[in-house]
Amino acid sequence: MKPRRKGQGIDLEKIKKMKANGTKGLHLDEALIFERSCEGRIGVAPSRFDVPACDAEKSIPRKYLRDDMGGFPEVAEIDVVRHYTRLSQWNFGVDSGLYPLGSCTMKYNPKINEEIAALPGFSRLHPYQGEELSQGALELMFQLEEYLCEITGMDAVTLQPSAGAQGELCGLLMMAAFFKDRGKPRTKIIIPDTAHGTNPASSHLAGFKVVPVKSEGRGALTANAVKDVMDADTAGVMLTNPNTLGLFEADIKEIADVVHKKGGFLYCDGANMNALMGIVRLGDLGVDVVQLNLHKTFSTPHGGGGPGSGPVAVRKTLEPYLPVPRVRKRGKKYSFDFKRPRSIGRLKAFYGNFAIMVRAYSYIRRMGPEGLKRAAEAAILNANYIKERLKGTFDLPFDRPCMHECVFSDKVQQPNGVSTMDIAKRLIDYGYHPPTVYFPLVVPGAIMIEPTETETLETLDRFIEAMKNIADEARNAPELLKNAPANTRVGRVDETKAAREPVLRWKAKPPL
Amino acid sequence: MPYIPHTEKDFEKILASVGASSIDDLLKGVPEGLRLRGLLGLPEGLSEQELASALKRLGRRNSTVDEYSSFLGAGAYNHYIPSAVRSLASRSEFFTAYTPYQPEISQGTLQAIFEYQTLVCELTGMDVANASLYDGASAAAEAALMARRITGRDKVLLSGVLHPEYRETVKTYLRGSGGDVRELPFGTESGTTIPDAISVESRGAACLVVQHPNFFGCLEDLEALAGVIHANGGLLIAVVTEPVSLGLLKPPGESGCDIAVGEMQSFGNALNFGGPYLGFMAIKNEFVRQMPGRLVGQTSDRSGNRAFCLTFATREQHIRREKATSNICTNHGLCALMAAIHMVSLGKGGLMSLSRLNLSKAAYLRERLLAIDGVRAAFDAPVFNEFAITLGSGPQPALRKLLRKGIIGGLALERFYAALDRHILVCATEMNSREEMDFFADEFAKAVS
Amino acid sequence: MEFPKDLKYTKEHEWLKVEGNTATVGITDYAQDSLGDVVYVELPSEGGSVTKNEPFGVVESVKAVSDLYSPVSGSVAEVNDAIIDSPEAINEDPYGDAWMIKVEMSNPKEVEDLMSSDEYQKYVEEEK
Repeated sequence: MKPRRKGQGIDLEKIKKMKANGTKGLHLDEALIFERSCEGRIGVAPSRFDVPACDAEKSIPRKYLRDDMGGFPEVAEIDVVRHYTRLSQWNFGVDSGLYPLGSCTMKYNPKINEEIAALPGFSRLHPYQGEELSQGALELMFQLEEYLCEITGMDAVTLQPSAGAQGELCGLLMMAAFFKDRGKPRTKIIIPDTAHGTNPASSHLAGFKVVPVKSEGRGALTANAVKDVMDADTAGVMLTNPNTLGLFEADIKEIADVVHKKGGFLYCDGANMNALMGIVRLGDLGVDVVQLNLHKTFSTPHGGGGPGSGPVAVRKTLEPYLPVPRVRKRGKKYSFDFKRPRSIGRLKAFYGNFAIMVRAYSYIRRMGPEGLKRAAEAAILNANYIKERLKGTFDLPFDRPCMHECVFSDKVQQPNGVSTMDIAKRLIDYGYHPPTVYFPLVVPGAIMIEPTETETLETLDRFIEAMKNIADEARNAPELLKNAPANTRVGRVDETKAAREPVLRWKAKPPL
Repeated sequence: MPYIPHTEKDFEKILASVGASSIDDLLKGVPEGLRLRGLLGLPEGLSEQELASALKRLGRRNSTVDEYSSFLGAGAYNHYIPSAVRSLASRSEFFTAYTPYQPEISQGTLQAIFEYQTLVCELTGMDVANASLYDGASAAAEAALMARRITGRDKVLLSGVLHPEYRETVKTYLRGSGGDVRELPFGTESGTTIPDAISVESRGAACLVVQHPNFFGCLEDLEALAGVIHANGGLLIAVVTEPVSLGLLKPPGESGCDIAVGEMQSFGNALNFGGPYLGFMAIKNEFVRQMPGRLVGQTSDRSGNRAFCLTFATREQHIRREKATSNICTNHGLCALMAAIHMVSLGKGGLMSLSRLNLSKAAYLRERLLAIDGVRAAFDAPVFNEFAITLGSGPQPALRKLLRKGIIGGLALERFYAALDRHILVCATEMNSREEMDFFADEFAKAVS
Repeated sequence: MEFPKDLKYTKEHEWLKVEGNTATVGITDYAQDSLGDVVYVELPSEGGSVTKNEPFGVVESVKAVSDLYSPVSGSVAEVNDAIIDSPEAINEDPYGDAWMIKVEMSNPKEVEDLMSSDEYQKYVEEEK
């Protein structure tokens, strides 16, 4: 064990007091697993041969065989366990503390859902084992589709897409297929400037040209702005509601009318569905397609970057285009329907991220209709609480009641030479994961805070206090922010060097 | 309410402090007429205990590959997962974190992914691997799109022995950009993609996508295929759906492949009825700016300590928007972590021995099945842990009889290849004991007699 | 912030230096400052052609990417390969070492509608 870094003249005692748990932890070093390798070690050896051992050279031509395993490590089981245990200790998750990463809905991930997803009855099923051996799995999928239809107010759902972005692609391809089927392909899609980057990227992949529109001064899209650009060559509008400023797109019904009049579709990016459950149903607002992010709204863990799941809900008109296979129910029997001639095809092998569906299904069953509504309400309440309590301290570009998240900027702190990045890094010293920063792009230096419904009032208060302290420090001791974070395992990471001198893998040292 | 800690008093307190008398006051931005009246039509909420028993009941309505002897592969492989994988990946510091946007508090995820990237490179013999994609099928689609960007060409050639669902996925992904996707016939005797037969189609093609071992379990002659496609200025994309084979087989990078993609489920990821699995992508150095997906790089912090962070982000959707290399954002990080833990637990020696064990199991079973009267080998190319057999008539009656004996005897290939109406694809891994295989062979002999 | 007098400027923050029929192109001090640490640059190959107001390359920092727009039309006579290997030169010496391409102009009149140093300085101040 060796100490990593000195305090660098920063008042660690004060930070310690401010921190949620008051401990500093052991700063243990941990080499790369390859650097721990020792010839001849095996962590978990495979079973013994109960059949004659095959001589690879006899059954496979030499030219197909490899000479060695290159730099594969050789480590003992205890090495593996300590290695990953230590790595985990350098991480911050929802279970570590408040994770107000805007647009990502970092809510609590219930433990029971993990236990259920790991049951052999769900985890030990082969995708080709046949419908008669998989009735429970099919029933779960069928019911989850029904629940998501009810929550969104749509007519049909596919659970296949692996994540929100793949769901977007799925929805857009369905729209394209619809127009192509009618002999009038459309080439464009309207996307507001507040959109997630995935929206234009998915549109491009689906073959559409992006027509950007500006949100008006109050941070929302207007029907008039859409009217100006919506034409018979435009497949529709891709709208996020609530948008990435945390504001409800109040014109949505009128926008839908404008789009529908020109024969287009209204696509809603459902990334922010956590604010809407049980409060509005997108189908009632005129939405035709929406993708949901089960790893946001429906509490499935984010896994350090996935796996997620991005089901897509559609109106009846688009139902024939959903990916294959669909789950259907005949009498009491569930089965897959592969014969769907107008389907866009498939976006992945098999049926979707089933283990994630199990978790989302469990969440919905546990919450019930009252619970889901309460979750949305509490998420909105918490975001408004933070907005109101911090609005004198940080610049709030859009001062109206927000939905599940609120967006500040670094405008007040800029004159002291302090940027959003510094504020974010300083928050780490106080024991919090920083909010989403520099997004949405329409707010320079944006700080996007989404507290979610699963945090206590005490946690919110401590976070608010930390933010206020940081604002004080920005005025009186800006170097504290510039040098933050001070008590993490590594200090501020040099991302420029990573890009200028790329090292994208470990390499064995060449023999002397 | 579950998972919502606020008491009624908390609600009131917060409402008062934001100057609202009810939640409705905060919903002023949502036009009154659009709001849902009443509750959603969903089943009433359950206690944790009720939920646990309801879902256990539902799970019991499925049959698992432990209750049956399964000889299914075809892109999803039943392998033993060491306990350490689940135990370590279940550490919630890993699984309740998100994409490591803030490197200072995400060094665990970042170093683990950096190591995963290295393991994929070592396994495939390629230069650079990304942090993961969704699954093998979408990885194949991303590779085809990438080859189009690199070559500036349109035509994509798919081996006819590429997993049928992968072929469908590639076609779906390429719908938007139009262009030309062609499926190549395979050698009916070898069961492989024939290098000589593709030379005409290779002209002007962006890439050839070929699976190895292929969907029939047969080994493809990657070097010869690379020769043909390279001579025509296109790229060779190798798809590996059973990476355990790479403990024995020459890595694609040493066989002339430009992009290696595929499915890593075999390492550390449960069968899960088809997902989530783990798409991997590994490439030659020169294509790195055209690669989709997250990428972790090594750098240092301000004091010069080794540190890791996401890098080359300008390729990605959140910066380049419609000009990005892909729309992918969330990938399959936790699946990559589990694969890495499994790979390092095996290590060099363990993986080579596991690979040999799989080869031996399949060889044993193949010999036993081919000894049965009326059962023939479908193809003559060498295989790894999966192979196709041909019966004298349609396989469904025999498969049904086996099922009644507790055996899932493999995949009837007619489902994907109309002409292969007497063929079964059979897979054996370390999970299939000799007794089990003997029982399978004995029952199979009865079933086809 | 520097605005050399002998250069012409575009609204996309490129500079142009005319010597006879040859024009040297780079990005301005203001441009490199707003981008932050430049980590990557992509330039056309020699002998290729560029068109006025059309992208001819890309410059990237860690978290931003910008297209480079050609101030004039013509053929690419020379490319500064040195900045491809050390893009930090763009931050350090945008008007000197970090020139990007030299263009053999096909229509030298195109220079006329570019901004002068004073005009560009005013333009930048307004954009802030």
